[in-house]
Amino acid sequence: MKTDHSTAYVRQEDAPLLPPPRNETGIIGWFNQNILNLINDFSGIGAAIRSVLMAVGTLAILYYSAHILWALIDFALIEAVWSDPDELKRVVCTTEIAGGIQHNGWHGACWPLVTAKMKFLIYGAYPAEELWRVNITGLVLITGLVCLMFDRMPYRMHIGISMLTIFPVFAYIMLVGLGDWIGLPYVDTRDWGGVLVTLVVALTGIIASLPLGVVLALGRQSKMPAIRYLCTGFIEFWRGIPLITVLFMASVALPLFLPTGVTIDNLLRALIGVTLFASAYMAEVIRGGLQAIDKGQYEAADALGLGYWKSMRLIILPQALTYVIPGIVNTFIGLFKDTTLVAIIGLFDLLGAAQAAINDAGWSSPVQAITLYLLVATFYFICCFVMSRYSMRLERKLDRSNR
Amino acid sequence: MANNAKLKKQDSDEIVISMNGVNKWFGNFHVLRDINLNVHKGERIIICGPSGSGKSTVIRCLNALEHHQGGDINILGVTLDNNVHNVEMVRRDVGMVFQQFNLFPHLSILENCILAPTWVKKMPRAEAVDLAMSLLERVKIPEQAHKYPGQLSGGQQQRVAIARALCMQPEIMLFDEPTSALDPEMIKEVLDVMVGLAETGMTMICVTHEMGFARKVADRVIFMDEGQIIEQNEPEAFFSKPKSDRTKLFLSQVLSH
Repeated sequence: MKTDHSTAYVRQEDAPLLPPPRNETGIIGWFNQNILNLINDFSGIGAAIRSVLMAVGTLAILYYSAHILWALIDFALIEAVWSDPDELKRVVCTTEIAGGIQHNGWHGACWPLVTAKMKFLIYGAYPAEELWRVNITGLVLITGLVCLMFDRMPYRMHIGISMLTIFPVFAYIMLVGLGDWIGLPYVDTRDWGGVLVTLVVALTGIIASLPLGVVLALGRQSKMPAIRYLCTGFIEFWRGIPLITVLFMASVALPLFLPTGVTIDNLLRALIGVTLFASAYMAEVIRGGLQAIDKGQYEAADALGLGYWKSMRLIILPQALTYVIPGIVNTFIGLFKDTTLVAIIGLFDLLGAAQAAINDAGWSSPVQAITLYLLVATFYFICCFVMSRYSMRLERKLDRSNR
Repeated sequence: MANNAKLKKQDSDEIVISMNGVNKWFGNFHVLRDINLNVHKGERIIICGPSGSGKSTVIRCLNALEHHQGGDINILGVTLDNNVHNVEMVRRDVGMVFQQFNLFPHLSILENCILAPTWVKKMPRAEAVDLAMSLLERVKIPEQAHKYPGQLSGGQQQRVAIARALCMQPEIMLFDEPTSALDPEMIKEVLDVMVGLAETGMTMICVTHEMGFARKVADRVIFMDEGQIIEQNEPEAFFSKPKSDRTKLFLSQVLSH
């Protein structure tokens, strides 16, 4: 039956509901749409050139990606030296021509070096008989974080609150110590190092900069001029100077302003510097979220009689923070990597510890630096990637408006 | 019609809202000019007028979403001024429904409704839930209680917004063009809820262009233009014998289509 929609027409029966064409779904559909359709169009000279370029480009990218991946696997796994049973140190990772035992032209990772330096890379010079304190702290931290990742974890709320309140105190007592009388002798932060310092600086910065950033962002939007100018000035000041300068000033200039005899721990100075620096960035990210909130939300909260603090806490901030999760995590990741800068004020974070290990003549070899840098890069990548993934999951979970 | 007649009887002399010589400016623009208005308990007032006439601003002044700059506003015996405590007292007893619904998108329908009672009035949660469910029932969407605002149609959202405002058990309800953002087929469901509310004797002030609704429930219709109250009267007289030329012009424009 011919249907002509230009004149009066009444449908007699519904058109059938059909599944989509097969070549547009699944893996085949993906391949068709993303690869095949782009390279099999030879309808004209322009289209043909484009198709060929597309095909060549695709192959080239595949080839070089595979090449780089293979080089990495070859270096890190296949050619790598895994053990040093005879304690030959540098010799085990050096070619014959340079006085080692590897065949000439050998190029692989020197993992025994990492094994030998492992303790230093993780704990720095933390006293060997007190390492259990770091281990327990780390174990509690990891357990807590894993528990928080599961949505259905019983007492999740309590765990979260304890991680933010009790755990820092616990970690401080465990890591710094209370004194010999209780079996926790003081450990000078100058002996801290490696992953320990990296995590202490990064986690303190992350946990402290978020609430501080919220306060600064709210302050910058305050109706009271004094608070607004104070917060704006604070934010602009810390954003306006490089982190290296902050750390240098904290390390070199700050003691000049303190009365004689008063000293502030070097690590503590770095912590404060990093936190204030990150909180300025955080404040601007959060301000972006606050500005994205519709004016109607503020008005609805006002009209219901929620005061300023309640409406911020219950209505505005939950939405604003959800909007800017990508920005917040971006700042966290930046902060995490910026912790490597504390090395310049004499703290041995992971990178600093690796740098020290690279300068160990006992392990001197052409692959010494590459091996350690590869390790450090992998560590940072995994940490940052986990944060990134977790933030994406969090975004999906909290995005209720579009569900 | 008998029903309407009963509806339109206000039975109290108690004045719950009084505006005396209220003036307001947006910058140099004189948006409210010498507004005088007394509202009795249980009275239902419709405010209409062309856009930009200040009708929304009037009712937004009544719960201090906008601050008036001249004259006095007294609500349920409390004078609205810069005193934050007074403002909060008034807001507890004055519910508001917005054109854009303004539900909280990160909270479920039920949470939207119990938020203010539990946090502002410190009502126990169980009690607040019972109250919210009974009010959601009254606006005919109890089955949506655990959904989120984004999953509801505009008409449903506006009915939730009404329920949310009622959960504070207000003395007065303000409606700021409650049906203007709705698709035509959803306007009726919201107006039905509002008619139902009017029947309970709630004091209502409603800015709207729904003239049929105005005829049905209003005790008094107020016409505003250029920031002034131009004319006010009982709905029958207002619609059949408008006195001012501006009112006549306005009515001819809104009623002709």
